[in-house]
Amino acid sequence: MTIDKKIKKILLILFFILMSLVVLLPFWAIFIGTFQDGSMLIRNGLNLKLDFSTANLSSYIMLFTDSGDYFKWFFNSLFLTVIQVVGTLLISAFVAYGFAGYEFKFKNFFFVCVLIIMSVPFEMLMLPLYIQINDMHISNSYGAIVLPFMANAATIFFFRQYLTGIPKEITEAGRIDGSSEYGIFFKLIMPIMKPSFAAMAILNGMNSWNNFLWPLLVLRSDKKYTLPIGLNTLMTPYGNNYDLLIVGSFFSVLPILILFLCFQKYFIEGMTAGAVKG
Amino acid sequence: MKKFLYSKKAAPYVFILPFVLTFAIFWLVPLVKSGMMSMEKILPGQVEFIGISNYKRLFNDRVFKVAMGNSIKYMIWTLVLLIPIPLILAVMINSKLVVGNVAGKIASFFKSSLFIPALTSVVVAGTIFRLIFGEMDTALMNQFIGLFGMGPIKWLKGSNTGFAALLSLACWRWFGVNMMYFLAGLQSIPEDYYEAASMDGATGWQKFIKITVPQLKPTIVYVLTISVYGGLSMFTESYMLWQGNNSPQNIGLTIVGYLYRQGIEKNDMGYASAVGVVLLVVVLFINLLQLMLTGMFKKEEK
Repeated sequence: MTIDKKIKKILLILFFILMSLVVLLPFWAIFIGTFQDGSMLIRNGLNLKLDFSTANLSSYIMLFTDSGDYFKWFFNSLFLTVIQVVGTLLISAFVAYGFAGYEFKFKNFFFVCVLIIMSVPFEMLMLPLYIQINDMHISNSYGAIVLPFMANAATIFFFRQYLTGIPKEITEAGRIDGSSEYGIFFKLIMPIMKPSFAAMAILNGMNSWNNFLWPLLVLRSDKKYTLPIGLNTLMTPYGNNYDLLIVGSFFSVLPILILFLCFQKYFIEGMTAGAVKG
Repeated sequence: MKKFLYSKKAAPYVFILPFVLTFAIFWLVPLVKSGMMSMEKILPGQVEFIGISNYKRLFNDRVFKVAMGNSIKYMIWTLVLLIPIPLILAVMINSKLVVGNVAGKIASFFKSSLFIPALTSVVVAGTIFRLIFGEMDTALMNQFIGLFGMGPIKWLKGSNTGFAALLSLACWRWFGVNMMYFLAGLQSIPEDYYEAASMDGATGWQKFIKITVPQLKPTIVYVLTISVYGGLSMFTESYMLWQGNNSPQNIGLTIVGYLYRQGIEKNDMGYASAVGVVLLVVVLFINLLQLMLTGMFKKEEK
């Protein structure tokens, strides 16, 4: 390596470190905030200095002893996320194989529908969908939150891209062995899709764990609230729950962070394998 | 019946059935309903057809224009910031200069750090940013500008500074995600393209413009599509930053915020539906135009 290249390399590495630090600052700020008095923070704002004279663990003690419905919300979110991710992956993969593995009438028409849904803002349909959910008598239920998004257009699109790269010989071999069309999907195709599942599991998991607007409309009883909805209720101007808001916000990042760190390697591989191809 | 369902002819339709059902029940019906509702005056127990009155009213609605302007401004800025910068960051990570154990580790640490903000909910991220952009001189951003001798600013009270806070929240959450898309796309560009270009004496910049960008076109188009959508339908970020749907002089009001205000807060479903229809038309128009310009439809026609 020439001197010139070495300098460039060092600058690049320094840039990486510096930018990582800047990006992680807000996490440091809220982490420090969890040791401070909540209503003080709301007034003074967050900064990076840990003031040992006022630091204490009372927020954490409150979180684990006297946090009302917090852990209920936490497990509601966890439950919904698992259902949503498993359902979305299975159903979207099933649909994507239909688009990738076959030639049939109206295929292009339906695929254009997938593309259109990808660019129709859900927020636009929110009100009529909300009325429809009420008419179907499934408001205030988890079904109403999950069902409209199981056959997820973006996920179908991603899987289809991934599957178009899979050689036709595999399905032909399956047919010669006497498997049914569905057997081919479950026994031969699904196992090959594993890397792309990891990427979509993380993206869908993120969306579901953080979903806000739609659950805000659908859910009415606070026992059913998800974490973001519950945290939002703590943000009233006259509230005395700011301690819980800060420590609860910090704590809510952990599960999805752990999921990401565990599957990070597969995630990047999966994104690469399913990269959008022309 | 069973034999028919298992035939090779019926199978594709069975495969796409869940999508077709979802499309019909949860998208098409509400879409049609939305169009109908936008031409109605909806009061409890009584619905009246009023033609295009809602649209006429919308056309003269000053607040709606503010909301529309905010959303479009936000979308344009997110396109300007959230596509080129993550693309360049991805190229930097992928660079040949990143060799060796230590460099590789730092690069992957960088990748993860940039992605992690996307894992936080907007509710949490918005709360953090609201407190970082606090009014007091003890809030982080005011401490930061204090280093340059500037006085504390009431960030969220001014239109430009509030917008800056909104954009930094967007960048913080989305840089990493878009970078991942581009990184994934970069891996699929064959190495020999760059080698051939190097032999012809191409510079790094020439390679970037002549090879990287054209090869990444499908990824760029994909990111562009979801960014147009995301930009125009932004709501929660603003809702969290201003602790609700009301910001001073509506500086944080977006189209969806206005839809929410009219439909849920004021319970004027008909008028809110008209807002929704306009939003749909704008998003579809921009995305269809964009997809046509980038030639994405030609592929599907074969």
